[in-house]
Amino acid sequence: MNAQKRYHPGWNLEYAMFLFTRLSGFVFFLLAIIGLLWALYMGARLHMDVGTLLRWTFFPNPNHILDSNIPNTDPWMTGLWQIFQIVILAFAGTHGMNGLRVVAEDYIHAPVWQMFTRFVIFLLWIFMLLIAIYVVIS
Amino acid sequence: MALSRKVGFFTGLRYKGGGPMIAWMLHRFTGVGMAVFIGLHVLASFFTQQTGSDLGISINIIYQNLYFQLFIYFCVLFHGLNGMRIIILDVWPRMIEYQREMIWLTWLIFIPVYGLAAFIMVYLEITGA
Repeated sequence: MNAQKRYHPGWNLEYAMFLFTRLSGFVFFLLAIIGLLWALYMGARLHMDVGTLLRWTFFPNPNHILDSNIPNTDPWMTGLWQIFQIVILAFAGTHGMNGLRVVAEDYIHAPVWQMFTRFVIFLLWIFMLLIAIYVVIS
Repeated sequence: MALSRKVGFFTGLRYKGGGPMIAWMLHRFTGVGMAVFIGLHVLASFFTQQTGSDLGISINIIYQNLYFQLFIYFCVLFHGLNGMRIIILDVWPRMIEYQREMIWLTWLIFIPVYGLAAFIMVYLEITGA
Protein backbone atom coordinates (compact mmCIF):
# COMPACT_ATOMS: atom_id res chain seq x y z
CA MET A 1 0.00 0.00 0.00
CA ASN A 2 1.52 3.25 -1.07
CA ALA A 3 1.47 6.21 1.23
CA GLN A 4 -0.94 8.26 -0.82
CA LYS A 5 -1.54 11.70 0.65
CA ARG A 6 -5.17 12.64 0.85
CA TYR A 7 -5.95 16.17 -0.20
CA HIS A 8 -8.22 17.98 2.24
CA PRO A 9 -9.75 21.05 0.67
CA GLY A 10 -10.45 23.95 2.97
CA TRP A 11 -14.00 25.13 3.44
CA ASN A 12 -14.92 27.81 0.96
CA LEU A 13 -18.02 28.70 -1.02
CA GLU A 14 -17.10 26.51 -4.02
CA TYR A 15 -16.47 23.42 -1.92
CA ALA A 16 -19.56 23.92 0.24
CA MET A 17 -21.77 24.40 -2.82
CA PHE A 18 -20.14 21.43 -4.55
CA LEU A 19 -21.20 19.24 -1.63
CA PHE A 20 -24.60 20.89 -1.34
CA THR A 21 -25.36 20.40 -5.05
CA ARG A 22 -24.65 16.66 -4.80
CA LEU A 23 -26.52 16.18 -1.53
CA SER A 24 -29.57 18.17 -2.61
CA GLY A 25 -29.61 16.35 -5.95
CA PHE A 26 -29.83 13.09 -4.06
CA VAL A 27 -32.53 14.52 -1.76
CA PHE A 28 -34.70 15.47 -4.79
CA PHE A 29 -34.80 11.83 -5.79
CA LEU A 30 -35.93 10.79 -2.31
CA LEU A 31 -38.59 13.55 -2.11
CA ALA A 32 -39.90 12.78 -5.61
CA ILE A 33 -40.14 9.05 -4.89
CA ILE A 34 -41.95 9.71 -1.58
CA GLY A 35 -44.38 12.10 -3.30
CA LEU A 36 -44.99 9.67 -6.16
CA LEU A 37 -45.61 6.61 -3.96
CA TRP A 38 -47.75 8.60 -1.54
CA ALA A 39 -49.85 9.93 -4.42
CA LEU A 40 -50.39 6.42 -5.73
CA TYR A 41 -51.41 5.35 -2.23
CA MET A 42 -53.87 8.27 -1.98
CA GLY A 43 -55.71 7.18 -5.11
CA ALA A 44 -53.73 8.54 -8.07
CA ARG A 45 -53.92 5.09 -9.69
CA LEU A 46 -57.65 5.47 -10.29
CA HIS A 47 -58.28 9.20 -10.56
CA MET A 48 -55.31 10.79 -12.29
CA ASP A 49 -53.58 10.78 -15.68
CA VAL A 50 -49.83 10.42 -15.96
CA GLY A 51 -49.13 14.09 -16.74
CA THR A 52 -50.97 15.22 -13.63
CA LEU A 53 -49.22 12.58 -11.54
CA LEU A 54 -45.84 13.80 -12.82
CA ARG A 55 -46.67 17.41 -12.02
CA TRP A 56 -47.58 16.31 -8.49
CA THR A 57 -44.33 14.32 -8.28
CA PHE A 58 -42.23 17.33 -9.25
CA PHE A 59 -43.99 19.58 -6.77
CA PRO A 60 -46.79 18.29 -4.49
CA ASN A 61 -49.00 21.37 -4.67
CA PRO A 62 -52.80 20.89 -4.62
CA ASN A 63 -53.09 23.26 -7.61
CA HIS A 64 -51.22 20.66 -9.63
CA ILE A 65 -54.03 18.11 -9.34
CA LEU A 66 -56.92 20.36 -10.39
CA ASP A 67 -57.20 18.42 -13.67
CA SER A 68 -57.68 15.11 -11.91
CA ASN A 69 -60.87 13.32 -10.85
CA ILE A 70 -59.91 13.00 -7.19
CA PRO A 71 -63.25 12.91 -5.30
CA ASN A 72 -61.87 14.26 -2.01
CA THR A 73 -58.80 16.47 -2.21
CA ASP A 74 -58.49 17.03 1.56
CA PRO A 75 -55.63 14.52 2.04
CA TRP A 76 -53.74 16.25 -0.80
CA MET A 77 -53.73 19.69 0.85
CA THR A 78 -52.59 19.05 4.41
CA GLY A 79 -49.96 21.01 6.33
CA LEU A 80 -47.59 18.10 5.93
CA TRP A 81 -47.59 18.63 2.15
CA GLN A 82 -46.95 22.34 2.73
CA ILE A 83 -43.88 21.49 4.78
CA PHE A 84 -42.88 19.04 2.03
CA GLN A 85 -43.21 21.81 -0.56
CA ILE A 86 -41.20 24.29 1.50
CA VAL A 87 -38.41 21.72 1.92
CA ILE A 88 -38.35 21.12 -1.84
CA LEU A 89 -38.36 24.89 -2.49
CA ALA A 90 -35.49 25.57 -0.10
CA PHE A 91 -33.36 22.81 -1.62
CA ALA A 92 -34.36 23.44 -5.26
CA GLY A 93 -34.08 27.22 -5.05
CA THR A 94 -30.59 27.02 -3.59
CA HIS A 95 -29.51 24.27 -5.98
CA GLY A 96 -30.85 26.17 -8.99
CA MET A 97 -29.58 29.61 -8.06
CA ASN A 98 -26.13 28.17 -7.32
CA GLY A 99 -26.28 26.49 -10.72
CA LEU A 100 -27.04 29.83 -12.35
CA ARG A 101 -24.07 31.33 -10.50
CA VAL A 102 -21.76 28.58 -11.74
CA VAL A 103 -22.97 28.96 -15.33
CA ALA A 104 -22.71 32.76 -15.22
CA GLU A 105 -19.21 32.72 -13.77
CA ASP A 106 -18.08 30.45 -16.60
CA TYR A 107 -18.76 33.26 -19.06
CA ILE A 108 -18.06 36.34 -16.93
CA HIS A 109 -14.36 36.75 -16.25
CA ALA A 110 -13.86 40.22 -14.78
CA PRO A 111 -13.83 39.94 -10.95
CA VAL A 112 -15.97 43.06 -10.56
CA TRP A 113 -18.70 41.64 -12.77
CA GLN A 114 -18.45 38.29 -11.02
CA MET A 115 -19.10 39.98 -7.68
CA PHE A 116 -21.98 41.91 -9.24
CA THR A 117 -23.49 38.71 -10.67
CA ARG A 118 -23.13 36.98 -7.31
CA PHE A 119 -24.89 39.85 -5.59
CA VAL A 120 -27.77 39.91 -8.11
CA ILE A 121 -28.21 36.14 -7.90
CA PHE A 122 -28.11 36.30 -4.10
CA LEU A 123 -30.91 38.90 -4.09
CA LEU A 124 -32.86 36.85 -6.63
CA TRP A 125 -32.44 33.76 -4.45
CA ILE A 126 -33.85 35.48 -1.33
CA PHE A 127 -36.63 37.17 -3.30
CA MET A 128 -37.81 34.04 -5.16
CA LEU A 129 -37.68 31.87 -2.04
CA LEU A 130 -39.79 34.35 -0.07
CA ILE A 131 -42.36 34.65 -2.88
CA ALA A 132 -42.52 30.89 -3.40
CA ILE A 133 -42.96 30.15 0.31
CA TYR A 134 -45.62 32.86 0.51
CA VAL A 135 -47.51 31.26 -2.40
CA VAL A 136 -47.32 27.85 -0.70
CA ILE A 137 -48.53 28.92 2.74
CA SER A 138 -51.23 31.41 1.75
CA MET B 1 -8.10 32.36 -12.89
CA ALA B 2 -10.45 31.83 -15.76
CA LEU B 3 -9.18 30.44 -19.01
CA SER B 4 -9.23 32.86 -21.87
CA ARG B 5 -11.03 31.16 -24.72
CA LYS B 6 -10.58 32.55 -28.18
CA VAL B 7 -13.02 30.03 -29.62
CA GLY B 8 -16.16 31.12 -31.40
CA PHE B 9 -19.53 29.48 -30.92
CA PHE B 10 -19.57 27.62 -34.25
CA THR B 11 -15.95 26.52 -33.89
CA GLY B 12 -16.88 25.19 -30.49
CA LEU B 13 -19.73 23.16 -31.98
CA ARG B 14 -17.24 21.34 -34.22
CA TYR B 15 -15.31 20.06 -31.19
CA LYS B 16 -15.76 16.29 -31.15
CA GLY B 17 -16.38 15.76 -27.45
CA GLY B 18 -18.84 12.93 -28.05
CA GLY B 19 -21.19 11.61 -25.37
CA PRO B 20 -19.68 13.41 -22.36
CA MET B 21 -19.80 16.76 -24.16
CA ILE B 22 -23.44 16.25 -25.16
CA ALA B 23 -24.30 15.25 -21.59
CA TRP B 24 -22.53 18.35 -20.24
CA MET B 25 -24.28 20.64 -22.73
CA LEU B 26 -27.69 19.12 -22.07
CA HIS B 27 -27.14 19.25 -18.32
CA ARG B 28 -26.38 22.96 -18.51
CA PHE B 29 -29.19 23.70 -20.96
CA THR B 30 -31.82 21.76 -19.02
CA GLY B 31 -30.67 23.29 -15.71
CA VAL B 32 -30.97 26.87 -16.94
CA GLY B 33 -34.25 25.95 -18.63
CA MET B 34 -35.72 24.66 -15.38
CA ALA B 35 -34.49 27.68 -13.42
CA VAL B 36 -36.14 30.07 -15.89
CA PHE B 37 -39.43 28.20 -16.18
CA ILE B 38 -39.83 27.43 -12.48
CA GLY B 39 -39.01 31.06 -11.67
CA LEU B 40 -41.64 32.29 -14.13
CA HIS B 41 -44.12 29.74 -12.84
CA VAL B 42 -43.64 30.90 -9.24
CA LEU B 43 -44.09 34.55 -10.27
CA ALA B 44 -47.14 33.70 -12.40
CA SER B 45 -48.71 31.74 -9.55
CA PHE B 46 -48.01 34.61 -7.16
CA PHE B 47 -49.70 37.17 -9.42
CA THR B 48 -52.62 34.86 -10.15
CA GLN B 49 -53.11 34.20 -6.46
CA GLN B 50 -52.79 37.82 -5.34
CA THR B 51 -54.37 39.80 -8.17
CA GLY B 52 -56.02 37.24 -10.45
CA SER B 53 -54.16 38.89 -13.31
CA ASP B 54 -54.53 37.62 -16.88
CA LEU B 55 -50.75 37.63 -17.33
CA GLY B 56 -50.20 35.01 -14.64
CA ILE B 57 -53.07 32.88 -15.92
CA SER B 58 -51.81 33.04 -19.51
CA ILE B 59 -48.30 31.98 -18.44
CA ASN B 60 -49.67 29.05 -16.47
CA ILE B 61 -51.87 27.99 -19.40
CA ILE B 62 -48.69 27.58 -21.47
CA TYR B 63 -47.33 25.33 -18.75
CA GLN B 64 -50.36 23.03 -18.94
CA ASN B 65 -49.81 22.54 -22.66
CA LEU B 66 -48.86 18.98 -23.67
CA TYR B 67 -45.76 20.03 -25.65
CA PHE B 68 -44.48 22.16 -22.83
CA GLN B 69 -45.02 19.32 -20.37
CA LEU B 70 -43.06 16.98 -22.65
CA PHE B 71 -40.25 19.56 -22.80
CA ILE B 72 -40.08 20.22 -19.07
CA TYR B 73 -40.30 16.49 -18.35
CA PHE B 74 -37.29 16.02 -20.61
CA CYS B 75 -35.44 18.74 -18.68
CA VAL B 76 -36.26 17.37 -15.24
CA LEU B 77 -35.66 13.70 -16.03
CA PHE B 78 -32.43 14.21 -17.99
CA HIS B 79 -31.04 16.65 -15.44
CA GLY B 80 -31.93 14.24 -12.65
CA LEU B 81 -30.50 11.10 -14.22
CA ASN B 82 -27.35 12.82 -15.50
CA GLY B 83 -26.97 14.45 -12.09
CA MET B 84 -27.18 11.03 -10.47
CA ARG B 85 -24.40 9.85 -12.80
CA ILE B 86 -22.27 12.83 -11.70
CA ILE B 87 -22.97 12.08 -8.02
CA ILE B 88 -21.95 8.44 -8.47
CA LEU B 89 -18.75 9.45 -10.27
CA ASP B 90 -17.92 11.93 -7.49
CA VAL B 91 -18.58 9.46 -4.69
CA TRP B 92 -16.63 6.61 -6.36
CA PRO B 93 -13.91 8.33 -8.43
CA ARG B 94 -12.65 4.97 -9.68
CA MET B 95 -15.80 4.75 -11.81
CA ILE B 96 -14.28 7.48 -14.03
CA GLU B 97 -12.69 4.61 -15.94
CA TYR B 98 -16.18 3.57 -17.06
CA GLN B 99 -17.63 7.04 -17.58
CA ARG B 100 -18.53 6.45 -21.23
CA GLU B 101 -20.39 3.29 -20.28
CA MET B 102 -22.17 5.27 -17.56
CA ILE B 103 -23.35 7.79 -20.13
CA TRP B 104 -24.77 4.96 -22.21
CA LEU B 105 -26.43 3.64 -19.04
CA THR B 106 -27.94 7.08 -18.41
CA TRP B 107 -29.52 7.07 -21.86
CA LEU B 108 -30.53 3.44 -21.44
CA ILE B 109 -32.53 4.41 -18.34
CA PHE B 110 -33.69 7.75 -19.71
CA ILE B 111 -35.16 6.55 -23.01
CA PRO B 112 -37.66 3.96 -21.66
CA VAL B 113 -38.68 6.06 -18.62
CA TYR B 114 -39.18 9.19 -20.72
CA GLY B 115 -40.60 7.31 -23.68
CA LEU B 116 -43.24 5.44 -21.72
CA ALA B 117 -44.64 8.53 -19.98
CA ALA B 118 -44.40 10.60 -23.18
CA PHE B 119 -46.17 7.85 -25.13
CA ILE B 120 -49.02 7.68 -22.61
CA MET B 121 -49.38 11.48 -22.52
CA VAL B 122 -49.46 11.79 -26.32
CA TYR B 123 -51.76 8.78 -26.61
CA LEU B 124 -54.25 10.26 -24.13
CA GLU B 125 -54.09 13.59 -25.97
CA ILE B 126 -54.75 12.03 -29.39
CA THR B 127 -57.51 9.66 -28.32
CA GLY B 128 -58.98 12.22 -25.92
CA ALA B 129 -59.47 9.51 -23.30
